[in-house]
Amino acid sequence: MTALLDVRDLTVAFETPRGRTEVVRDVSFELAPGASLGIVGESGSGKSMTSLAVMDLLPPGATRRGSIRLAGTELTTLPPREMRKVRGARVAMIFQDPLSCLNPYYTVGLQISEAYRAHRPRATRREARRAAVEAMERVHIPHAAERVDHYPHQFSGGMRQRVMIAMALSGEPELLIADEPTTALDVTVQKQILDLIAEIRRDTGAGLVMITHDLAVVSEIADDVLVMQHGDVVEQGGAEQVFSRPRHPYTRRLLEAVPRIDDPLVGPGGAR
Amino acid sequence: MSETVMRATGLVKEFGGGGLRRRRPFRAVDDVSFAIPRGQTLALVGESGSGKSTTARMAAHLVEPTAGRIELEGEDVTRLRAEALARFRSRVQVVFQDPFSSLNPRHSVEQIVTAPLRYQGRRVPGGERAFTRALMERVGLDPDHSRRLPRQFSGGQAQRIGIARALAVDPSVVICDEAVSALDVSVQAQVIELLVRLQAEQQLSYLFIAHDLAVVRQIAQQVAVMSQGRVVESGPREQVFDAPQHEYTRALLGAVPRIPAEWDAARRAMVEQQTVQEEMA
Repeated sequence: MTALLDVRDLTVAFETPRGRTEVVRDVSFELAPGASLGIVGESGSGKSMTSLAVMDLLPPGATRRGSIRLAGTELTTLPPREMRKVRGARVAMIFQDPLSCLNPYYTVGLQISEAYRAHRPRATRREARRAAVEAMERVHIPHAAERVDHYPHQFSGGMRQRVMIAMALSGEPELLIADEPTTALDVTVQKQILDLIAEIRRDTGAGLVMITHDLAVVSEIADDVLVMQHGDVVEQGGAEQVFSRPRHPYTRRLLEAVPRIDDPLVGPGGAR
Repeated sequence: MSETVMRATGLVKEFGGGGLRRRRPFRAVDDVSFAIPRGQTLALVGESGSGKSTTARMAAHLVEPTAGRIELEGEDVTRLRAEALARFRSRVQVVFQDPFSSLNPRHSVEQIVTAPLRYQGRRVPGGERAFTRALMERVGLDPDHSRRLPRQFSGGQAQRIGIARALAVDPSVVICDEAVSALDVSVQAQVIELLVRLQAEQQLSYLFIAHDLAVVRQIAQQVAVMSQGRVVESGPREQVFDAPQHEYTRALLGAVPRIPAEWDAARRAMVEQQTVQEEMA
């Protein structure tokens, strides 16, 4: 079976007046259709750059090398016009901060409708609006028919992230790339959003690449795990294998450092 | 029960309100009471908007309470002026979330950590250089870097500078306002370890503000759970975490993502086995 996403020897570098800096080095991974991959690492590990490179959304000054195939189609050589069609329609991205991705001057309904119409040039405004309400219902935003006319600032952080997910789903993507989608959220809201993402994957069969610093989150959602450090993949494999039999010292250190909510308490001071 | 070092009773903080339209003020903190036992850590946990940070700011004398009372070592410190406030600051210090925005970027470590003493018009014991070197060593920084600027340090090291500055005045209470929240997990573990060691060494008391329950469980002996400006549940750590009474506490604990226990058990068994093998070899 063709992989949904097949990344080979991906390298991302920044050209600066003082020379070239590689922030991602020779990253390779494969994602089967409907599967989920967690890319974990600490700050500066290159995990976000990896996901931006897949979407061809690297910041100015950054270059990428290597091969990125989506269901067999090479993305790195696609003309920008074609790549725009891939983004949103076949691959959708969810970011950490929904407020910076939503336009504060337009209602969320208009923004979801626009995303919907971008993939369906023939759709009428009325159809798009109806689709926006349906999309909001699908991500469990209460009173969607009224909320569709509200502005982003009238939503809480969790509800805004639901709006972003509704927009991301408007093109019926095969692949979702989520970059720290719950990092800015409270823990109870985080759980709701993770549950929503799981529900959507069940319903649509979309694949998921989740970028996060949170190992516990990865352990709950990912089939496969990629551990990155300073731009290199230091370990990759099935989630159970990486978590229960980590091979690389860095993975071991990382797993050792995560505070556990259920571990037996040791000593009066607490810390181990 | 050990002696109480800081006690807050019926703290209230209201923002806004009044004006021409006589709007009702927003009550960010609503009747919050707590006690910090000497040499221990009280954690205020809650989600955004719970009022935990505002409570910490009142305890630190950074915002004035609308109502309520704060006592420090038996003395009423709710309202303080100039000189009394300076004395308060030598007994209560704060470590903030973002070390870089809370450290003067143009000042060297030496200037930063001796600043609290200078502001309070106190002599730096043993001279600034020796004092700074000793402090840096205590918080796990290289004393030879005392002339460096904050940006020459990593996030975790910068937070150690923030801790060193707090310790410079030899306080009895240190208020940690999300002090480890912005740090990477491996760095976070080291800073928590440092805070625990310092507490053991000199009977420090912490008011520890955090949203991360797993971190709180590691460091705090006493826990107060806040929601919408109120403490909904408080008590010893074992009680709050192992037998939560309030529905909100249960929801909060239930929402924490968890690494499957059997994966952890397998990993620990493997690491242990390898250590034994290495020792035999």
